[in-house]
Formats: sequence, C-alpha cells, structure tokens
Amino acid sequence: MGKLVRKTQMTTGGPVFVYVDEEEDKIVRITPMDLDDDDAASYSIEARGRTFTPPRKTTYTPVTAQFKSMIYSDRRNLYPMKRVDFDPNGNRNEENRGISGYERISWDEALDIVCNEIRRIKREFGPGAMIIEPSSHHLWGTIGYRHSTLFRFMNAVGMTYADHNPDSWEGWHWGATHMYGFTARLGNPEQTDLLEDCLENCEMMVFWSSDPETNNGIYGAFESTIRRRWLKELGVKMVFIDPYYNHTNGLWGGKWFSPQLGTDAALALGIAYTWLTEGTYDKEYVETHAYGFDEWTEYVLGTTDGIPKTTEWAEKETKIPARDIRALAREWAKHKTMLAAGGLGGWGGCCRSPIGMDWARMMVALITMQGMGKPGINIYSTTQGVPVDSDFYFPGYADGGIAGDAQNSAAGAVLAYRMFNGVDSRPLVSHLSTAAGVHMNRMRLPECILNDKTEWWGRGFVGDSVEQQFHHYEYPAPGFSRCQLLYKYGGPHIGTMGQGDRYARMYRTKRLPFVVSQSIWFEGEVPFADIILPACTNFERWDIGEWASNSGYNPDSHNQANHRVITLQKKCIEPLGESMSDYEIFNAICERLHLGDVFSEGKTELGWAKQMFYASDLPKVVTWDKFFEKGYFIVPNDDRAPAAPALRWFAEDREQDTRGWISHFRPADLVDQKGLTTQSGKVEFVSNSLKRFGHYDTDDTERPLMPMYIPSWEGHHTARFQSYPLAVLSPHPRFSFHTQGDGKDSFVNDIEDHRVEVDGFKYWIIRMNPIDAEARGIKNHDLVKAYNERGAVIFAAQVTERVPAGTCHCYESCAEYKPLGDPGHAVDRGGCINILTPARFLSKYATGMATEHCLVEIEKWDRKELEGYEFKPLDKNHGGAEEKDSWNAPVNKLPGATRVAGQFYKDPNCNEMVWTEKAWKFSGHDWKGGKLDE
Amino acid sequence: MSKQKYLVHDLAFCFDCNNCFMACKDEYVGNDWQPYTAPQPRHGHRWVRLLRTVRGQAPRIDVGYLSLMCQQCENCPIVDAGFATRREDGIVLIDQAKAAGHKEIVDMCPYETVYWNDEIDAPQKCTMCAHIIDSGVAPGMPRCVHSCPTEALKYYDVEPEEMAKIVEEEGLEVFHPEYNTNPHVFYKNIYRYTKNFITGAIVDKDSDDCKEGAEVTITGEGVSEKQTTDYFGEFKFDKLDPGTYTISVAGADDVTVTIEKSLNIGEIFVD
Repeated sequence: MGKLVRKTQMTTGGPVFVYVDEEEDKIVRITPMDLDDDDAASYSIEARGRTFTPPRKTTYTPVTAQFKSMIYSDRRNLYPMKRVDFDPNGNRNEENRGISGYERISWDEALDIVCNEIRRIKREFGPGAMIIEPSSHHLWGTIGYRHSTLFRFMNAVGMTYADHNPDSWEGWHWGATHMYGFTARLGNPEQTDLLEDCLENCEMMVFWSSDPETNNGIYGAFESTIRRRWLKELGVKMVFIDPYYNHTNGLWGGKWFSPQLGTDAALALGIAYTWLTEGTYDKEYVETHAYGFDEWTEYVLGTTDGIPKTTEWAEKETKIPARDIRALAREWAKHKTMLAAGGLGGWGGCCRSPIGMDWARMMVALITMQGMGKPGINIYSTTQGVPVDSDFYFPGYADGGIAGDAQNSAAGAVLAYRMFNGVDSRPLVSHLSTAAGVHMNRMRLPECILNDKTEWWGRGFVGDSVEQQFHHYEYPAPGFSRCQLLYKYGGPHIGTMGQGDRYARMYRTKRLPFVVSQSIWFEGEVPFADIILPACTNFERWDIGEWASNSGYNPDSHNQANHRVITLQKKCIEPLGESMSDYEIFNAICERLHLGDVFSEGKTELGWAKQMFYASDLPKVVTWDKFFEKGYFIVPNDDRAPAAPALRWFAEDREQDTRGWISHFRPADLVDQKGLTTQSGKVEFVSNSLKRFGHYDTDDTERPLMPMYIPSWEGHHTARFQSYPLAVLSPHPRFSFHTQGDGKDSFVNDIEDHRVEVDGFKYWIIRMNPIDAEARGIKNHDLVKAYNERGAVIFAAQVTERVPAGTCHCYESCAEYKPLGDPGHAVDRGGCINILTPARFLSKYATGMATEHCLVEIEKWDRKELEGYEFKPLDKNHGGAEEKDSWNAPVNKLPGATRVAGQFYKDPNCNEMVWTEKAWKFSGHDWKGGKLDE
Repeated sequence: MSKQKYLVHDLAFCFDCNNCFMACKDEYVGNDWQPYTAPQPRHGHRWVRLLRTVRGQAPRIDVGYLSLMCQQCENCPIVDAGFATRREDGIVLIDQAKAAGHKEIVDMCPYETVYWNDEIDAPQKCTMCAHIIDSGVAPGMPRCVHSCPTEALKYYDVEPEEMAKIVEEEGLEVFHPEYNTNPHVFYKNIYRYTKNFITGAIVDKDSDDCKEGAEVTITGEGVSEKQTTDYFGEFKFDKLDPGTYTISVAGADDVTVTIEKSLNIGEIFVD
C-alpha cells in the first residue's frame, strides 16, 4: 500500500477525512474529523455552575461510516446502458420496462439518443413536455446538488421540475403555518441560541415524536447527543411520546408514552384539559400572545361539541392511562419545559402522518399555553441552537448554487447577488418552472402521466406565503403538451412515496414515451429507464459545502453541528468505470445542444467551487490556497453577536432579533417589525388565513380553523380497521438516509436491526409485539407478508416489546424494489413499506404526504410467490448487462467520449480566475485573508 | 510488565448505532493489512458484534447493547493451541500461516469472536487495529473507539496496575468471568445486558392518580432494597438475578413474583 493522503469530504451524515492511496487511486479509510489547534475555538457555555464545551471532533452516522461500501459497490452503474428492447426509432416496448435487461452502450450513443429525443420533443411538442426530477437528498455540496447543477441544466435545456413536497415538514407546513407563521421556515420554529437557554433554564424535556439519536436532526450526525448527556447530568427530566420505544428513549431513559396510532392530538387535548381545569397554564401570556384562545378553550372543555376532552376521554383514544396523562400534565406545568416536537424544532415524525396538521398545531397550542419563548420554555429538541456565528455567510445547498434559480430555491434571498456579476457569470433561469409554467407534483407523477387531468393545491415547497398554499394547479398546464420525457435523477420513488408501486405502473405504459435515469446505483426504479447514464458519488468529484446547512427553508440549520465546518469536498479518486459526475454529464449534453458555454461558462466543478468560496465570507478570514490545502475551515465565534434566544423577542414583545440572512427577510410580512407573520401577529388558535381561504366548513373539514382531534382517516375508527387491524408506524429510517445507504450491497445491510438474511436474501424488518406475533404464529425473524388493499410486501419479523400490541414499526425509505412477478402489481420482497401507505394528501387542499401510518394485516409468509420464480435479468447487477468486476479492484478508465481538451482542470489547485476573485482583488475591501495568487 | 492495551465498553452510553461495526468494516474490508490480517470478507464477519436485549414488557422496558469483540484474553485458548501470538502489549494476533486450514480454531474462542474466511482458508478476528497503533498514524486508536459518538468505547494503553485501579474506581467487569480467560476488554454497567429488573407503578385507589413518593421495598434472593416512586408512581429494582422476590408498599398486599427475566408487574393500587 502506498502513502496515504488525507482529503476532506462532506456527507448527509457528517464531514469526514478520507485517506486515499493515490498510487492505487483507492479510498482506504473514511473517519470523523479530529480538529487541530489551528482550528477556531469551540463554543463554551456557562450554566448552572458548569462549563459546557463540545469535543474537538466531529461525529458521523453509520451511513457515512460505511460510505466506502457504497462507492465500491457492484450495484454501481459503471457505463451507459440501453434497455435491450428499446428502439428510439422503432418499437419502444414501454410496457416491458422493469423486466427487460440492459446492454452496454458507449457514451456517444447514449448522448446521441438523449439529445435527439430532446430535439425531437421540443420540435414536435413545444416547450414544457420534458419533466426532470431528482431525489430528495442527493450527495452533499453546493455545486453538485439538485438545487445547483441540476437546476442549471434544467433551465438551460428547457425542462420542467416535478415539484417536491416538503416531505419532512408536512404537518408543520400545511398546518402550523396557519397558526403561528414561520412560512419561510416551512412551519418549523426558529431555534437560535436555545442550547444556552436550555442548559441554563430547562427543567424538563418532553420528546414528542422526536428521536434525535435516529434522525440526527437532519444531517447533524450525533452532534446533539452530548447535549442530551449534559441535560441528563443536570437532572433534567425526560419523557418520550412515540408509538415506538425509540433510540433516544433507549439511550437516556425516561417514561415512555405510546399513543395508539393517529391519536397524538387526543393526548395533547387531555393535557390541555388538565391545564385549563386546574388553572396551570400561563394565563397572562395567553391573554397577550394568543388569538382565538377562548373559542378553542370552549372546544377543549366540550362546551361547543358536548365532548369534554378529559384525560379519561383521551385514554379511550390513545390507550394511555388517564392517570399517566394527568401526571405528565401536572409535572409539565410545574417545570420550565422544552417541548421537543419533531426531529428538529418541528419537522419529521408525526407531521408526516394523516394527523400531521392536527399534531403540529397541538404542539404549538401546548407550548403557547406555557409561554413559548420565555426562558426554558420553547419548542426545542436539542438538535439545533448551538452558539455559533450565524452572521458569517456561507450558502447552504438550497440557496441555488450555480443555477441562481430564485423560483425554485432560496437563491433570491442572498446568494445570487454575491455569486453572479451578470457579466462574466450569470444565473440560468427559464419560464417553465415558474408560477405560470408547467407543474407536476412529485406525489402525483403517476396520475399526471396516466390520467387525462390531475389537480392539486399548493406547489410543494411553498415558502413564500401561506396564501401560496391555496394556489390551484392542474396537469396538463394550459397551452402545454403532456409529458414526453421523464429525466430521473436517482431512483427512490417506490420506497419513499405513498403507494409507491404506482410509479412502477406508470413506467410500464406508452403514455410515457422516454425515460432517462441518471443514477449512481442500479436500484429502486432505475431499472425502469430506457437509457441509464452512470453518475458518480461526491467522493469522485469536486464540491464545496458546509455541514448540515441546507439553508433556504432552514436558514440557520448549520447550528445543528457543534462547529460550523465548511469543507472543500475534494475529489478523492477518479470516477469509477465510465461514470461521470452529474455536472459532467449535463455539460456533455449541453455541449451537443450548443449550450456548453452557457451551461459551464468554461468552468469545471472546481472552478465553480472557487467562485462559491468568493461568494461567501470565507475570503475575509482564510485564503483560497490555505483553504484548498487544509480542505476545511471552522468558522470562528470571535465576532458572534450576543445571544438572542428564539422567540424571546415574541415573548417580550420586542422587534425580531433573529440572526443570519433570515433577519429582516420579507419585512413586509410584519407590522412594526414585531409579532409573528400571522394576520393578528399572535398565535392563532382560530386561524385567520384558513378563514380567508374558506373550505374549512365545507369540503376541507380535515383542516379546521382550530387545532382539533379529527379521527385519523387511516386509523382505528375506519371500517378498514376490521380487515387491517395492525397499525404500522413508518418513520424516517435509522440506517439509511432516505434510500441512501440501504441496498447497494453496502455494509449497513449487515446491521442486525436493519436487514435480516434468510436463505441468501436480506429482508427489511417489520417490528411487532409478541402478542400480535403469537396470535399469528409468527416467531422472531420469520418471513411475513404484510398486506392491505394497496399491495403486499415481505419482511423479516422482529418480535419486540418496543411496540405495544396493535402497533407495528417499519422504517420507510427502502432502496430495493424486488417484485416477485409483474412489477407494479406483484408482492415486493425488497421491503418497500410505502407500497402499503396511503397516496392520499393530508386533506383535500393540504398537499402534503401522509405516509407515516398505515393499516395492514400480517401473516406468516408461505413463500408461494417464490415457487417457480426464476431470477430475472434485473436481479443481477447492472441489469445483466455485464458481470461485475471485483469491487476491490475497480476499473478507472477515462470516459474519453465527451471530454473536451482543456475543459477539465489542468492544475489541481484550479487556475481558473473567476469574477468574484477579481472583484475582491480590486474592491479595496478589508480582506483579512488577503493573499492573492500573484 | 510493559504497558498493555485495553478496551472498555460502557453499556449506559451504547445505543446500537453500529458505528463501531461500520468503522471496522471500513478499515478491513478491501484493505490488506498483512502481516496483521488479510482483508475481511465484505459480508458475514462481525469482528465487532452488538449483542442486543430488550428488558421488560411494554410500556415499561429498557434496552441494552453489549459490544463484543476479541477480548484479548491473557489465557487465550487459540494462543495455547499455537495458532496465535499474544504480544507483549496484550494484543492477540492469529498467525495466519499456522492457522490456515484449521477450521476448529473458530470454536476455540468461548466468546465466539473468531470467523472463518473461505478465501484465505484461515480464521480472522479483531486485531485491536494493531497496524494503526503500531504505525502511529491517525486516528491513533482502534477504529471502533474513534468512531463511537458517545465515548461508550474507550481505549487504554496503560500499565496493568493502572488498569486495575481504573477497574476498581469505575466498577468495571468482564463478560462471562466464569470462562477464566482474563480478558483485556472490560464492561461498565454490564447489568443492562446480563441482569433483570422488576418494575411497576403505585396508584392511589381513591383518586386513581399516580402516587408519587410512595416507599416501595423489594426482598428476596439476598436482595433488600427500598425506593421512592417518581411522579408517575413508578419504581424499578434492577440488577436482579432470576428468582423469587416480594414487592411491598404500604396500603396494599405484598406481591410475590418469580422471574426468569425482567418483569413489568403493572399497577399496585394503594389506599
């Protein structure tokens, strides 16, 4: 083994050092980062007589720890492939998608087919007939991310975006925004400086549908684990409300409440009833900070509907003893309590279920009753709110990157003005993915393709205003042709969308004439494409990005990590096989369409990374050369503004003092720069925005004006419960990040709590209580079939007390779709629980997904579907196109086909002079980093 | 004796994240660290294995995880059989040439930490990342320890007397002391995996409220302990062996139970 060179990279699960054997062009090991003495000092908090400071080391998740196995995986697409029975000039055999094998073709042939189809479709059908759609979480970086490279390509060639729904914000977005605003955060509350507040003042934490040890906030790895340890050491009481005995509960102990699925709002009402009748809520605060509270009180007490929401009433719904509910309510009222509602502050968990809007609004209601924003009282899950300098500007992945598309990212807030001077470098926009363009909702992709007409309300990520949620959309859009091309980036729909095998059925029709999949791995729905373009991982290309910083709708999410870590994401090895980075693939297409210079501006990814460096505040404190050499930078806290705990300004009726670029963002939403962005400026227990929209009393009674308990439409009060008596909780997964990590023959598949190997196949796990298992003759690790009228999926049973009888648990986001028969109809043994979850929206006008709950029946699998089942070409790697090379000795051939001489970096330190650097040079700005190239 | 290498795993801070397992695979799969060890097969081996348990019955349960790797025993049967060497610093390394073809070695380890590799026709196990420790390269410690987010896993390079002091002060134990192999891997809070609890709640009969501050005692099998219930009226007597125990609280009849494993006895109603 040759000498190892240390490089740096960033992932959804944390930053890493990558040790590379450059002679062999091989990644040897990937580790967390140990900070050194040259790095900025860590924060230090003095509270309750102790000093709290985090370890000088970053953490990573198990998914990131095993990333090497995803890079060196025999499931990688290593060369362009064409479906064997696809002839673009003859019979396309669309109905065979998902069962035909693939043949290897050259990059030239693949690009010719794709470009000719683009030309043909534009000439034959006009604009708007090409849909492009990425997965939710691509590989990290502000350059290679979907908001950046993909949007630049989309707008360059004239494709339209299949709008993403805010898949982890849903109930907060479609519900809580109508109660307390925070639309620019999609309904999540701000979390600034809450760690200090929590350590100083908090006496009790109620984790409600919140499991930070599993979901890591989002992207935050185990950075917040130490904070919960500090709280535990301080004697802060912890209570966990989650149908599943989750891993945060397991690590820190504390009473476990497991509400029957779909009844969290009833539990909240039982607590509110106790506070109201015992007078243990903050009456003064409610008097001045709430709107419509009296009307809601009457509902809680049963004055208006005749049902007092007593703890005994709540017990009947939740199956939690009334005395336990009372004990919780009383202890909560006695202490300064942080409500850890959801995975961040807000976000995730129950908000993704059919009762998501009620739950999120109930959380806001409860914390408002105790004085939201007062010391030690807030919505706070410990995953954010560390004291770092949020005024230091570095863009997140959702800030538009190299595209500058203000319609589909947060580029219009700050980044576009710092990134592009309009002369040497320009954003790329198009009219297609704008409000007046063509829209397709990701969750309604099959219906948009297959049905004559599809309609919905709200575009998806609707962060402009609550009213934007009410905007009506239909497909096809007026004056535009129907979709002729689906350009898919990754293949996770079947494992992540409600009734996921709808997508398999969509692919197998002539209504979708051409499908391109640009994907790293051969998995999920990738084997339904006509042409597969092999992309590479971020370890095989350049990028630049900050840890845990999506920015955009989560403007200061960098405050999840204990240090602001900004990395130059170094290209560690050459792309495997003939794979190329997304940027290179898009550039190759653009070159053939005479758009090369427009798309790339002559820059490589490293050139763009350098431009991003100069668009940020980094040049004030570090030179490009030094940053390039070290590979990362820790943002110092020296110039940090005084602490400004989230919502303290609201509690104290002051002007908003939020830090970072979100400060004074859209000031027009406020009156005198005070209050919330609701119409009244207060927490609205009766929503003015929903009242203005109407429908709440006619055809949208599932989203009433007030937070109420609406029995779940996927719950125990429905008729379906008689046939499907087991309620499955399907939250975001622990050992994959959406589908990233799972499948791919990666190491996580060996984790005992992730998949179980039976007869040579690794099955996804469903967890059930011993009582339910015994009643069905099921033992631990038996293969079982879970089914309802939507479909059937095979799992390995894990018989466990971590769920009560009647409740099951099965993480969503499996990467494998393995139908034992006709795709789109047959039983799946890949493990896609989402085949069984509803495709229904939260309510008629609330276009959020509701996939966290589903009703099923489970039986021991008789393996009938395996009888006579023959392995299809698609069971093999690469669609059977070619047997794998040994993953230990991956081929590193240069693609050759499309690379233009001089196009790609000659110098690893990138000699490209970008306009921003020139601007810095001549601006006379006080540039602490000061060292120039010459 | 010279400094010795030790590992300590604290079960109170383990939550089955599997970073240790993943980091181990990252280090050994696809990398050839001979003469320490050949590459680990991509799947099948668990040089770090997480033993898992759920104690009690819903909704009063807890969980325990024990990270089990080669225990680097002072009395290692594989060393005794001549197939492995115990270095001066305590690390036990299999001699791949001598061990080749001897499948029986896998069964020699009472902790079942040795795996057979068909490709090299030899057994393999945790090397405590001796190749990293010896060469002084980053991260300078076993990968499992370095990747642990809670410092549940710790690495010590100390004289035996110093370790004895740590064992004493921290209350460390070995897993399966009855094997008498003198491991160099110690555990803290091992009761979370090896022992049992009896839990339940005291309820005030009149108000049907949880009874906070009730004094509950347990007796039996040489155990005699008193607890005061918390605001949910709950008590939890832990570190119990299987056997018969009596739970007593004023205002209610004694409850006597025989347990094989942890038990949630539910609610006891008191006057």
